[in-house]
Amino acid sequence: MSEALAQGPFASAHGETVRPPASVVTERPLVRWLLIAVALIFLGLFLVLPLFTVFAQALAKGWTAYLAAFSEPDAQAAIRLTLIVAAIAVPFNLVFGVAAAWAIAKFEFRGKNLLVTLIDLPFSVSPVVSGLIYVLVFGSRGLFGPYLLDHDIQIIFAIPGIVLATIFVTFPFVARQLIPLMQEQGTTEEEAALTLGASGWHAFRTVTLPNIRWGLLYSVLLCNARAMGEFGAVSVVSGHIRGLTNTLPLHVEILYNEYNFVASFAVASLLAGLALVTLAIKSVLEWRYADDIAAGARRH
Amino acid sequence: MFDGNPIKLGAATHRRAALLGLALAAGLAVTGGAQAQTEILNVSYDPTRELYRDINAAFSEEWKAKTGETITVRAAHGGSGAQARTVIDGIPADVVTLGIPSDIDAIVKLSKKISPDWRSKLPNEALPYTSTVVFLVRKGNPKGVKDWADLTKPDVKVITPNPKTSAGGRWNFLAAWGYAYEKDGKDKEKANAFVGQIYKNVPVLDTGARGSTVTFAQRGLGDVLPTWENEAFLVLEEFGKDKFDIVVPPTSIYAEPPVALVDANADKRGTRKQAEAYLQFLYSDKAQAIFAKHHYRPIKREVAKPEDLALLPEIKLFKIEDLQGSWDDIQKANFDNGGLFDQLSKAGR
Repeated sequence: MSEALAQGPFASAHGETVRPPASVVTERPLVRWLLIAVALIFLGLFLVLPLFTVFAQALAKGWTAYLAAFSEPDAQAAIRLTLIVAAIAVPFNLVFGVAAAWAIAKFEFRGKNLLVTLIDLPFSVSPVVSGLIYVLVFGSRGLFGPYLLDHDIQIIFAIPGIVLATIFVTFPFVARQLIPLMQEQGTTEEEAALTLGASGWHAFRTVTLPNIRWGLLYSVLLCNARAMGEFGAVSVVSGHIRGLTNTLPLHVEILYNEYNFVASFAVASLLAGLALVTLAIKSVLEWRYADDIAAGARRH
Repeated sequence: MFDGNPIKLGAATHRRAALLGLALAAGLAVTGGAQAQTEILNVSYDPTRELYRDINAAFSEEWKAKTGETITVRAAHGGSGAQARTVIDGIPADVVTLGIPSDIDAIVKLSKKISPDWRSKLPNEALPYTSTVVFLVRKGNPKGVKDWADLTKPDVKVITPNPKTSAGGRWNFLAAWGYAYEKDGKDKEKANAFVGQIYKNVPVLDTGARGSTVTFAQRGLGDVLPTWENEAFLVLEEFGKDKFDIVVPPTSIYAEPPVALVDANADKRGTRKQAEAYLQFLYSDKAQAIFAKHHYRPIKREVAKPEDLALLPEIKLFKIEDLQGSWDDIQKANFDNGGLFDQLSKAGR
């Protein structure tokens, strides 16, 4: 505090030479504190307060009302559906992401840049479009509509459509995280393993996989959070059939539109809780294994 | 719920899920139940959520007593136009209960899943109940809204859903048009201009009636919400009579929310018998009383409770077909691309 005063508005009275050299490159303490305060207020207003409101609203009528929101059959169906969708989408993207990252980082082939661009596509496409493409492909009047109709296969407005849309929007998470990491690690260790007689699969399992495990865990975590929280794309393909095709985020909206604010925020608090847990694990991973997660500051 | 529905929807769903998700999914998607259970799906419009919760429970109970079969009626709600779209795109609805006839016509035309003569297949032109448009205003009616003409005043903000996607939005639009047409010497140009004046006062167009209600009641936007009569009463019940008033205009529209069997889906799913019984049930004394309880206008007034009927005042109602012709013409002239609504939105900008 005394430092702040000394270097405050009166600092110029001592002349430029008196000021420590550090003040040339850093801001004045007053400015610094002001910036920090602005950042904190901003954070509080836009992140902490809404989060607090979710839980406050959810508990507005006490714990019994809060818990009642989850004993409702439609809510349980939504929770179950969300878990099923994540349980399919996340492993799929895990396998695909590792395979794609491995191919891209460790091998040279034609069309590599195109593949990277394609993997990134879901990030740049609006979720509404991500949902609509499946309606256009699998809807009654869509590309495969007549075929699906003849064979009694329901894709959109049913679980498969929701899974497809979720896989699409969470497609890049794993691959995007692993590609720079694996590129950074290079191929020397694998080459050494292969020279020593290991099979390709063996080398992958004992050399590549251990090298990327924390990055992998980190990306799966983010992938899962998005898979469970996706609203836009899923909303388009869901059809909103209660107890059948409503995921948790959709259920929140339905309850809200039915003026059932306590139940709506109770279910929302579940999603917020998921986000908080994700954030906590993410922070631990970042703190413990920063080097293994982010490519760049690695051992080379 | 996934607790065992050996109907085609469930079976196909789980088959695909298992294919996609390997063993993991198969383990999680709890399939197979011992007792047979039938499901039918009612795809409905936005404000009927509370209504069909009661109707579906009553129907299941009656069906169980009559046939011994356990039946679950599932429901999906959304803007009427958007719901018609999902039926066209393939949601396996057995029955549709939408907000306006032209939405069912759209399903007939674009997907052929409903037979073209649907309006004559059920009593009263396939209308088990009717409704109308009233005004919801803030307590004490600070802007003094009494009639449709008040909605054109420059200081009155009107909240109404998008007529492109919402049936309620279309009824509001047509009600305002009909009012001006009748009032101003049956002059179409003047009626068009009158409606344009109202839509200049609309700050936000939600996709469904419920969205507009939340905008008005929860978010506190606007001075007046022209809306379904039933929706206005629901707001009073949910938010408290001390916050809002209902203003009944001297004239309003005869709103027709029709119902129909989705023939193609019901036949495919083998649920025609149940779906037809469900639609017939809507005309039963029990269902009619439930309509009145939820502030819809039953067609059999005599079976409703007097206290429910007392809340549905006599208003001079006009039928839009009498002013504009067939539903085909009404839809085309007003709401299709390039129709009156599009012209007004363009001019308003």
